[in-house]
Amino acid sequence: MKFNKPILATMALGLSAGAVGADGHMASDMTLVSWGGAYQQSQINAYADPYVANNPGVTVTWDESSAEAVAKLRAMNEAGSITWDVVDVVAADALRLCDEGLALEIDADEMLAAAPDGTSASDDFGDLLVGDCFIPQIVYSTTFGYRTDMVPDGVDAPSNICDVFDLETYPGMRALEKRPINNVEWALLCDGVAKEDVYDVLATEEGQEQALAKLDTIRDSVIWWSAGADTPQLLADGEIFMGSTYNGRLFAAIEEQGQPIGMMWDAQVFDLDGWIIPEGLSEERLARALDFVKFATDTQRLADQAKYISYGPARVSSAPLVGKHATLGIDMAQHMPTDPNNAANTFLYNYEFWADYRDDIDAKFQAWLAQ
Amino acid sequence: MSKIETTLPRPDLFRFTMPLTAALAAIFGFVGGNMVAQPWLGAVIGAVVGCAIAWVAETNLDKRTAVRWGVIAILALAGLVFGNLGTAVSGALIGAVLGWAAYWLANSDYRSSVPIYYTPGQTLWHNTFKFICGLIFFFLVAPLIPVMWLSFNAEDFFTFTPEMLNFQAEGYSLKHYRDFLGTDEWMVPLKNSLIIAPIATVISVSLGTLAAIGLSQSHVPGRRAIMAILISPMIVPLIISATGMFFFYAPLGNWMEANLGLSQSFVGFVKVILAHAVLGIPFVIITVTATLVGFDRSLTRAAASMGAPPVRTFFQVQMPLILPGVISGGLFAFITSFDEVVVVLFVGSAQQQTLPWQMFTGLREQISPTILAAASILVAVSIMLLATVELLRRRSERLRGLSPA
Repeated sequence: MKFNKPILATMALGLSAGAVGADGHMASDMTLVSWGGAYQQSQINAYADPYVANNPGVTVTWDESSAEAVAKLRAMNEAGSITWDVVDVVAADALRLCDEGLALEIDADEMLAAAPDGTSASDDFGDLLVGDCFIPQIVYSTTFGYRTDMVPDGVDAPSNICDVFDLETYPGMRALEKRPINNVEWALLCDGVAKEDVYDVLATEEGQEQALAKLDTIRDSVIWWSAGADTPQLLADGEIFMGSTYNGRLFAAIEEQGQPIGMMWDAQVFDLDGWIIPEGLSEERLARALDFVKFATDTQRLADQAKYISYGPARVSSAPLVGKHATLGIDMAQHMPTDPNNAANTFLYNYEFWADYRDDIDAKFQAWLAQ
Repeated sequence: MSKIETTLPRPDLFRFTMPLTAALAAIFGFVGGNMVAQPWLGAVIGAVVGCAIAWVAETNLDKRTAVRWGVIAILALAGLVFGNLGTAVSGALIGAVLGWAAYWLANSDYRSSVPIYYTPGQTLWHNTFKFICGLIFFFLVAPLIPVMWLSFNAEDFFTFTPEMLNFQAEGYSLKHYRDFLGTDEWMVPLKNSLIIAPIATVISVSLGTLAAIGLSQSHVPGRRAIMAILISPMIVPLIISATGMFFFYAPLGNWMEANLGLSQSFVGFVKVILAHAVLGIPFVIITVTATLVGFDRSLTRAAASMGAPPVRTFFQVQMPLILPGVISGGLFAFITSFDEVVVVLFVGSAQQQTLPWQMFTGLREQISPTILAAASILVAVSIMLLATVELLRRRSERLRGLSPA
């Protein structure tokens, strides 16, 4: 016991000296890249503002360029001038950037904070740590919203994914994303394919034809969207009866804007969104980026984000901490895509399948659209 | 000699004025009836109302003002009875058009601007031509009206709510203007635009004016080729210039950061300003070259004969005379930089986010009427700038005696 004290003292000294040294070596400017809108606002409220409060003198600049993050990072890499420090991307883009060597490889246990109860970061994130570079942040889902005042008289509100394809019971326009992902899965589900067989069927030529043939049945009633804001706008206009989009957008339209829109959670498709750090940053900027990411993805911060937007935190340990909406005061847990009532029937975006088949099915889908 | 009086014969009520007014009113009735799913009934009611207005106009030719206001009042009242404030305003507008049209036809006003010997066919063409011109003007300007109207929306969508269409106060709000003027999200880009555009304009004007004066000298070899190269940023598709500039300015910026010790943000501004200056130069060259056509070269020779050096001649003799061209070129250069989105997306980084950039990303990610508020403000600024250009142009014409003052 006697010699423990000096050791502790040395350790403490070393730690504090390390902290001072690290702080002095960190860049004071940081450019974060995100998606804009309510989502970016939730990140500002939950991550960036508290981080700047803890680290006075740091200035954060936001760039709403996540949609073209892959192309821009490639160009920046080629021109040898990386202007971004931390980039918010969907998991599929993170995998591509990682494969191309444009994103920094992450050692979760070393670079990210452990849970308050001591669970390591890699156990806390679990399966959501896809690839080697991706730092998960939220679980979001692509699901349907419908106009409650346009449901025909004497008919129940749509509650099944196949109601999208049922033009007789639910007449009216639909909005679907202008890409095959999710749409072909839903089409097969409603064409009698069992959920566990969907990707096996979709891997075959006939299966792809079958999915497009099913989509063909509603083709004249579909408006194709490409930005997440399109569907809420079309629903608010009453131009469509139902449409797919990200669940947080629908939450904002329903709860914050008071639009007459209902959620249809059946067969919602889960996907992940998170940070990557570009490869090739200078030492100071890298130190700042790592420090920010460690802070922004700890248990409390991820739970805090759910106060502002209805996306589920990616850590298991954050789920019990999800509370009420910051301004509306409504309980957020029931609006999470991961809530048991909403997640009765779900799909997880299949990264391996789409990595292998995306180009092929994309080409077929675009050709079908152009017919 | 007695004065020859010419009076235009007034057209026949039942063969001309009444059918035409009724046809116009029937079109309005068809559109109005369409809103309640009764287009043909609306057309019939419109035709009857049109006949009545034509008859009243024919029989009360001298009480034009009173009758027209009466028609407006009656149709507005009808709108209010059958609908709400929104339909009342539509009714008043339709009444104004119909009242004007009835007198225009009944009183032979449609012939007043053509020579008296014109045949009916020529008169018809003259008025059709004026109508087409009006239509072109309408289609150019009309898209701006909903943008400005929607910018006062109380909701966060690009949607005309029933409250807005009924002109109820709760359907309107200034919150999008508050969002625009009160948040960093919009004010920082505006500030960046106001830093980049004026500096880029000063550079374009200086270089462009010098180039135009040099190229207007007849002894410069290869004038046309040089001119074509300088004007090329205006002709080459912007996306191509932007890609080229990205790869040109990136190493330049890296060099400035590494060797001159400048900060990343400052270097970013330098890159965007230089890129925008290049885009603005062609506008300055074209306007200044046009002004120089009317410039009397003997004035510079006169100045030289009195011993003035070329620089002094330029600032004291030539510059004041070509100033209107320089200023209008500068305004075009300013607007080019202020409205530019493609080049800044490539060359700039987030610290140089300009107003058009913010609008572009805002439209894609979040369809918020704040963009409409920003657009309305930009339209107002653009109109003021173009009005200034026009006034300067008129002044220059007056000075050169090209038009009677």
